[in-house]
Amino acid sequence: MLSFVAQRVVKGVIVLLAIVVLNFFLIRLAPGDPAIVMAGEAGASDQIFVKQLREKFGLDKPLPEQLFIYVKGVATLDLGFSFRQQAPVAKLIGERLPATLLLTLTAFAISLTLGILFGTFAARFAGTFLDTGITVFALIFYAMPIFWVALMGILLFSVTFEWLPSFGYETVGANVTGLAHAVDVAKHLIMPAMTLGLFFMATYTRMTRASMLEVKRLDFVKTARAKGLSDAVIQRRHVLRNALLPVVTLAGVHSGTLIGGAVITETVFAWPGIGRLMYDALLQRDYNLLLGVFVICSAMVLIFNLITDLVYRLVDPRIEFAS
Amino acid sequence: MPKRVLLGLLLACGLTAPALAQEPKTGGVINAVIQPEPPGLMLAQVQNGPVQMVSGNIFEGLLRYSPKLEPLPELAESWSVSEDAKTYTFKLKKGVTWHDGKPFTAADVLFSMEMLKQTHARARTNLAQVDKIETPDDYTVVFTLKQPFGPFLGIFEVGSMPMVPKHLYEGTDWKTNPYNNAPVGTGPFMFKEWQKGSFIRLVKNPNYHEKGKPYLDEIYWQIIPDAAARSVAYETGKVDVLPGGSVENFDVPRLSKLKDTCVTGAGWEFFSPLAWLWLNNRQGPLADKRVRQAIMYAIDRDFAKDVIWNGLGKVATGPSSSAIKYYTDDVKKYPYDPAKAKALLKEAGYKGEKIRLLPLAYGETWQRWGEAVKQNLQDVGMTIETIATDVAGGNQKIADWDYDIAFTYLYQYGDPALGVGRNYISSNIAKGQVFNNVEGYSNPEIDKLFADGATATPDSKRKEIYDKAQKILVEDVPVAWMLELQFPTITRCKVKNLITTGIGVNDGFKDAWLDK
Repeated sequence: MLSFVAQRVVKGVIVLLAIVVLNFFLIRLAPGDPAIVMAGEAGASDQIFVKQLREKFGLDKPLPEQLFIYVKGVATLDLGFSFRQQAPVAKLIGERLPATLLLTLTAFAISLTLGILFGTFAARFAGTFLDTGITVFALIFYAMPIFWVALMGILLFSVTFEWLPSFGYETVGANVTGLAHAVDVAKHLIMPAMTLGLFFMATYTRMTRASMLEVKRLDFVKTARAKGLSDAVIQRRHVLRNALLPVVTLAGVHSGTLIGGAVITETVFAWPGIGRLMYDALLQRDYNLLLGVFVICSAMVLIFNLITDLVYRLVDPRIEFAS
Repeated sequence: MPKRVLLGLLLACGLTAPALAQEPKTGGVINAVIQPEPPGLMLAQVQNGPVQMVSGNIFEGLLRYSPKLEPLPELAESWSVSEDAKTYTFKLKKGVTWHDGKPFTAADVLFSMEMLKQTHARARTNLAQVDKIETPDDYTVVFTLKQPFGPFLGIFEVGSMPMVPKHLYEGTDWKTNPYNNAPVGTGPFMFKEWQKGSFIRLVKNPNYHEKGKPYLDEIYWQIIPDAAARSVAYETGKVDVLPGGSVENFDVPRLSKLKDTCVTGAGWEFFSPLAWLWLNNRQGPLADKRVRQAIMYAIDRDFAKDVIWNGLGKVATGPSSSAIKYYTDDVKKYPYDPAKAKALLKEAGYKGEKIRLLPLAYGETWQRWGEAVKQNLQDVGMTIETIATDVAGGNQKIADWDYDIAFTYLYQYGDPALGVGRNYISSNIAKGQVFNNVEGYSNPEIDKLFADGATATPDSKRKEIYDKAQKILVEDVPVAWMLELQFPTITRCKVKNLITTGIGVNDGFKDAWLDK
């Protein structure tokens, strides 16, 4: 297993390097010059000012030299300096990372738990009213755009019922600590986490249901039944466990996008996370910050893919690690 | 006007007599929206709108400006101008301290000028007229100009010329100075905390040099990126102040009707945002003056004002906003007249060549305006293709002159020499930059008029020159002027005296108080 992990880590570093180089050029293919954006924001753009900005950010250097400087920096864990925010990229990402992880991990937990639970019930009672109900419920959240669900949630729970706060990470100026602070953050977290979680929940529900129905038809389930095992045991120990492999695969793919995948949710709910940071950096052509977020996101995808492979082994002991 | 309507208007503006007579109350916290999140707070180094809105509370300039753009004292308590209009002497206020307790003196002014010349594009342009700056004593600063410069007294507000603490910046790398992230100024509020992506917190400066001010204890600037969410934040009582431009225009009427809500369009006199269409004078049909005039006749600007901007603002008559100095409406008029537009297009030999229109990616209001203009132009037979882009991409296209028609709006800074001439003089035609003469209009007479206008004395002479320049420009239509924009500031009515100068919410909240 150790050699399997080592091999994957080496491969991962190579992939990450390729991603850095590719992203470096892709970003620069987009029209828009950070110096012009900043000069425009300053309400003036004389030649000296634009030239100064280009020099300041190293944009006046040839592209290969800029790439070399950047890759050298990444190799020494230096993600560079944000043009616009005038701060180290690692610091900016570090400030936003906890909020994003809290949001996405909560959403992930909600989606997986509800998705597998609903999927199991739907499969167990396939063709019944409960199955139809669950399927329709899941499809509604899958079909509706996230921003729409978010806005409707705000309208209902913040404006009409006034149950939940409509934006932010905590109550600004409340100056609460300890448990009271945790409760305050939790209140702010409910709507964004549910919005994001319900979208992914739909996928897991459908996937679990389909997979379980397929496994249910297999011979070993009949054998289990012939052995006289109870239906609950069959469903839990034989059907669900075997049906979970595709769900784990899907969860692995989703989890990789956890960091950067919540752009819309973070924007609508003013959640101070990485997604928003990336969105702003994109609009402002803040190359270093954007690349920095991409590097972190890519690293997360690679790490979660590795974890997914390890989880396969736990779910299905027949799978062996190829070294 | 019926009495009831007049009263309604007065109430809406918070201008009833009892309100004026009220004594300010001390204490309280204001929650205001800031959008987008400022990239930094060091006003001498970053100058976009949100930076000034927050930092206008932390830093100060030598002067402020009234709604009529007359200079008012701030860090300078008095000033005088020599007879030849080349020497300006400022007497600084005594007893002013930086937030760290060090005294503010003439040495800080001198240092600030040196720094701004390198870090602040507008300040550099304005200070280019200065031959030397002397500080005969700690509280006197003398600017000697190379030649008279009419708008000189108009360049000292906080956003154009913020004062920087010499003792914290001298001899350091300005770009990485730690005080950029924890700014120290002389202003009514001090920087306390910035939770990136959430809020910026300012607290009262207990040693502020204007006795009794500020009245508020704290200001929280809340960062809410989504326009709909900002509206909801106001509706649900989470914020008290929506500065101009914080919410989409179509939300303004709804929010204005909420209980205890006051709306004002005041506070934009200094900036006087004017919206227009860049018309690329260099190529294709738009190189012909008659086609450009046809565009002016073809666009229903009253519709844009009444429908898209909900009646806010004013139809522009030419290159100057009516709020700035030397404005004249004694120019050629372009009423909405599609028939005349069609006739002009026919006369110019326009045969349906495709024209690219670049809307401004500043949100829904601007997208809708782009669609309305496209429809207006198509109605008179023009072939319009809308090019969708984000702000950065749009700026790049404009800077590269790769457009036919493009939306924009720019500030005018109170004087044609500061904010009008730059868009029409031929020395400002420079590829690769935005907001200069990107339309490529070149007229030696206009060049001379703007050069003369900046240095002429007395005022009557300047007026004569700018009147003439406006007439010529309106005849030539180098760009198509649309509206004098008005961004309404929406507040709870308990927030008093928020806007007292022509710089509005960008001038700090030192006069504001809460009627609790």
